[in-house]
Amino acid sequence: MTTQIFRDSAADRTFRAKWWTGRVVIYGLLIFWAIVALFPIYWTMTTSFKMAPDVMKGSLVPWWDFTPKWLGWKSLGLSPSTIFEQSTVRGEFLRRFYNSAVISVSSSILAVILGSMAAYGLSRFSYKFLWMKNADISFFFLSQLILPPVVLALPFLVLYRELALLDTQIGLILLYTLSVLPIVIWIMRDQFAGIPTELEEAAMVDGQTIWGAYLTIILPIALPGMVAALILSLVLTWNEYFFAALLTSTYANTLPVMVASQTGSQGISWWSMAALSFAAILPLIIIGIGLERFIIKGMAAGAVK
Amino acid sequence: MSEGDLLHVVASDNIGPTRRILGLALIWGSPAVLAVVALVQVLQVWGGFDFGFTNWRPTLYAFVFYAACLCWGQVLVKGEQGKRILFVLPAALFVVSLTVFPLLFGLIIAFSDWNLSSPDGRQFNGMANLVQMWRDPFYWNALTNMVWYVLAILPEYVVAFLLALMLNADIRGQKFFRVAFLMPLMLSPVAVSWMIGKSMMETRFGPLANLMKHLGWEDPSFFSSPWIAKSTMMLMDAWTFIPFMMIMILAGLQAIPKELQEAARVDGATGWRAFWEVTFPLMLPVSITAVLIRLIFKLKLADIVISVTSGGPGGATDTVTSFIFREYRDRSNVGYGTMLAMVYLVIIIVGMTLLMKAADRYMKSSY
Repeated sequence: MTTQIFRDSAADRTFRAKWWTGRVVIYGLLIFWAIVALFPIYWTMTTSFKMAPDVMKGSLVPWWDFTPKWLGWKSLGLSPSTIFEQSTVRGEFLRRFYNSAVISVSSSILAVILGSMAAYGLSRFSYKFLWMKNADISFFFLSQLILPPVVLALPFLVLYRELALLDTQIGLILLYTLSVLPIVIWIMRDQFAGIPTELEEAAMVDGQTIWGAYLTIILPIALPGMVAALILSLVLTWNEYFFAALLTSTYANTLPVMVASQTGSQGISWWSMAALSFAAILPLIIIGIGLERFIIKGMAAGAVK
Repeated sequence: MSEGDLLHVVASDNIGPTRRILGLALIWGSPAVLAVVALVQVLQVWGGFDFGFTNWRPTLYAFVFYAACLCWGQVLVKGEQGKRILFVLPAALFVVSLTVFPLLFGLIIAFSDWNLSSPDGRQFNGMANLVQMWRDPFYWNALTNMVWYVLAILPEYVVAFLLALMLNADIRGQKFFRVAFLMPLMLSPVAVSWMIGKSMMETRFGPLANLMKHLGWEDPSFFSSPWIAKSTMMLMDAWTFIPFMMIMILAGLQAIPKELQEAARVDGATGWRAFWEVTFPLMLPVSITAVLIRLIFKLKLADIVISVTSGGPGGATDTVTSFIFREYRDRSNVGYGTMLAMVYLVIIIVGMTLLMKAADRYMKSSY
């Protein structure tokens, strides 16, 4: 039996109570918002394993109030029993997936190459083109962000028709590169501004040309920023729907277009729609979990000067 | 030109006459090639000659050839300076050829009567599209909707700030919460519009509808009356984009030196006052950037509207972009649609310029 000799004074005890309520409120809000953010993903994932009665009942927890079935994935041709069989839906899905991957990866890489070159040039040298100085050139690049896609969409539709670029991958790649280029330049400009010029000077004293210094010294240092810009571009281009819906029809359709076209038709079953949606967002969920710090770095780059 | 360079380069350029001539030949010869190819193609279209072209690809290739020659010629003629220009020139050429040229082309389309499905082709019709726009109640309706959608940014900002503050607090599992909060931003809007708009809000058995029934809303139909539909759209868009502002604000919060908050605490500022008088003013620049960028994205809002309601009921959820999208999809009306888009662009440019000027002045006066 021990008796407590030292006691907290009354002021300390109210303080502790306050601290505890603060904690509870903060964690309560955090968990609430985590549910808000994650529940739709959970719902889609579980629905893809449900059968019609489970959907009707609004069941939520697998194995407890419904038994998971491969129904949704079977209709996509991706369940264990159908994966080795012929499936036209799977063929369609994989073709769209492949299109999305090719278009988003190549446009992001192209944008990062062009954008980091431009950002490097603007951060190191002063240019003068007609009346435009460095600040004006930067503003010209960044102002492309304001341009709503709808302004470019119809002229591009007509132009692409004349150039036979409608419904081709290269047509979409060019447009997507254009749409993420300002973001890449913004991130990379910030990145290069943080690298001291002494590095290149030293390299050039050692006999490197300016391009040699850029490629061998500066780019490796700026790599984290480039990865951030690349990931952010990948997310934006993978999800893009508007241009893809207007400019492609049968051959170069991307995944969002496929998802949207399935939503429109009435007969489509919930489980297969859920499976399709979940398959479309899965790559990004993986990227989000694995490369979260690059995304945050990319988005924070412009915010804090 | 070399004045003001951050990086000083001293290079002895040794440009011989042959190199110079080759460079100039490239710079001036390639546009000549482009002009000839374009002229031949124009002749086929308007002059009645037949050279066997089926599309304008040859002109495109000639243009790409010209762009490459221009870049190479810079280095040949200007040496070291040319190599510097080579950093910016490709990106500049890319952007100019993909925006300025289509925009000019778009201006021509905007002032013409052009329906892709009619056999007449393009006809110049002057101001008729503008007059039609002026009398089109649906376009004005879409513009007013945009005002409401833009106003919804303010509550989004408040929520984003709150979330950022909580993430910045001393909590466990920070990484988990950050990833969880970031997730909505990663998902494709089209998939989200099915996941939330079509399945979770399904009136009979969607989980959100069930929740609403529990909370006392007898008949939870999220898209039947105009204002409810509009607010639902705002909520779905907010769900996607709140993480975006949250992360920018979080970055700003983490950049505030700890000493400042400690100093405020020593001076007796607690909780609420410390926030209003220290944290919030320090966060103003970041907040303005975040809200402006959010605004830019908001003005492009279309994907979820197109795939959930297609503007209904009665145009209550229409955005300008989704309206123009349908104008093309349903009626193939390229001329009128482009005019609507151009007017929208002018409104945006004027509005953004004013906003940025105001923000700039406000920031300057507060320091």
